[in-house]
Amino acid sequence: MEKSGSAFDAVEQGPEASESTVGTPRASGGDQIENPLVTALRGRFDSSILHHEIQASDQHVVFVDAADNRKVLSWLKDEPDQLYDLLVDVTAVDYGGGRPIQVVYQLWSIAFKRALRVKCELPLDALSIDSVVALWGAANWLEREVYDLFGVHFRDHPDLRRILMPQNYAEGYPLRKDFPLRGRFSREEQTRRALSQDYHDYYTLEELEVGGAPGIEPPAPPDATGEGGVSR
Amino acid sequence: MTEKILEIPEPGMRTEPMLINIGPQHPATHGVLRLICELDGETVLKVTPDIGFLHSSFEKLGEYRTWNQIVPLTDRMDYLAPLMYNCVYVMAVEKLMGLEVTERCKIVRVLCMEMERIFSHLLWLGTTAIDVGAFTPFLYAFQERERIYKLHESFTGARITTSATRVGGMMADLPEGWTDSLHDFVKTFPKTLDEIDSLLTTNGIHLGRTLDIGVISGEDAINCGFTGPNLRASGVDYDLRKDNPYYDYETYDFDVPIGENGDCYDRYLVRMEEMRQSLRILEQALERLPEGPINVADPRVSLPSKTDCMNDMESMIHHFKLITEGIKVPAGDCYFAIEGSKGELGMYVVSDGGEKPVRWRIRPPSFVNLSVIAKLAEGHLVSDLIMINASLDIVLGEIDR
Repeated sequence: MEKSGSAFDAVEQGPEASESTVGTPRASGGDQIENPLVTALRGRFDSSILHHEIQASDQHVVFVDAADNRKVLSWLKDEPDQLYDLLVDVTAVDYGGGRPIQVVYQLWSIAFKRALRVKCELPLDALSIDSVVALWGAANWLEREVYDLFGVHFRDHPDLRRILMPQNYAEGYPLRKDFPLRGRFSREEQTRRALSQDYHDYYTLEELEVGGAPGIEPPAPPDATGEGGVSR
Repeated sequence: MTEKILEIPEPGMRTEPMLINIGPQHPATHGVLRLICELDGETVLKVTPDIGFLHSSFEKLGEYRTWNQIVPLTDRMDYLAPLMYNCVYVMAVEKLMGLEVTERCKIVRVLCMEMERIFSHLLWLGTTAIDVGAFTPFLYAFQERERIYKLHESFTGARITTSATRVGGMMADLPEGWTDSLHDFVKTFPKTLDEIDSLLTTNGIHLGRTLDIGVISGEDAINCGFTGPNLRASGVDYDLRKDNPYYDYETYDFDVPIGENGDCYDRYLVRMEEMRQSLRILEQALERLPEGPINVADPRVSLPSKTDCMNDMESMIHHFKLITEGIKVPAGDCYFAIEGSKGELGMYVVSDGGEKPVRWRIRPPSFVNLSVIAKLAEGHLVSDLIMINASLDIVLGEIDR
């Protein structure tokens, strides 16, 4: 027996439903409104532009085929009508449940004062995408962070190493949804690993050579190639 | 005799690069930052920053918390401007929910954010000065910071871990007399700022240590993702308060200082002027501060009053559900950025319609700014590396998150 118009009703109804289904593959041609940028992108890249949507009332999101990310981003950066010259952020989103991981590029055009979000979806069994470090220096650390925390491999990245987690970290990629909050190893094992790091974990091989570490026989340290860790 | 000495060939003399670590525990790195330096004598050949010592996985933790429970995580990232991080997080969530906060709340948040800009710049000013050997500005700056600490304390009960915002409003309204204290600060702070200014701006030693050190051109700065005072020091006019205004910043009368050379000295000048401009904004905001409710009257996010809870069943249930389940945010994602004290401070929140975020991402200004240090410091002396690091104004809590 609810009173009509009580404050309780709105809570029970919950927030308004979003117009999009989150994290599912989309068919092209689902534009909500026309946007000259999207029209231009479609005209230029045709099938590489998978989907366009508007989030949070005014934020344009364009889904791009992961194979063409560098081509599209390069065009967005240099085309005189677009000039998205500031790469604000590179990150990723894992929705869990085996759905693809989204790599998210947040762009801003200083000249036109416009923002754009570009997303690429990567299936979990092929987490590999072209690096954009050649376009923006800012992508260097941002992509390293995505690699570190999500395990997305960026092709042609000059220095793809872990950045926040230790170099010998072998528990996997912490921001994946299947990663437990306290890590995969037991507390004992985590402590043991933390205490058993040696200088290979603190220096790159090049640095060890410069430093002239005594008796250094540089074998490939466990994680230096970036291929270590638990993969799924 | 002298000539003869000079002519002696020195086949035995050879130089070789040396590897040294600065940090992670060193006051000049402004936190637990490790710089691996390759040196030729005193010249830096290559510097590789090593970060992550303070990694606390805030983003992962956030996925296990309800939307309002994330607020305390935000101020632990940048303990030099905690209120600013509180504000931007809830602003992002409110944007995703399509929630418009009250006029009073807006102005209170503007007060908080501009106060934090001064708060953060003061720490930068004091520690940077001490890095180049000037001790007095450090003491002056920290005395002024103490006054803002007191303002924090009387408003939120905490000096650093403020956690003052909630989705849809603030934790509490401003206490009585708080605006007077802030007004007093705004009136008296410029005197101290002028004193510090006179100690540093034309000081020969300071000029020698900062002019033409760590130069970066505007084009390179954009390419490297510089934002905030660092980018503006290179002559790029990009300030989110002007370019993508939020909270009616376009109606405030203030200037955005722009540098020319992109060296440490210009970064210093830009920040000094920003403090003065923040004072102007504070003055105007204090004048505008209206009476009225601080929290929105939206049942999705705001709690019913205690009196209502005790008197009718619906309010009681409403209160119970909001507290135990947390608020629900519609599915979708939202990136919201403000002009932080260190650069573009963004929050990217992704929701699937539930009580907890799918993903909560901080766009970390210091993280991106620090990544450029290798480029800036190459070819400079080790002592200049310290100055360059200081001039970037980093905070490791936010870099490592």
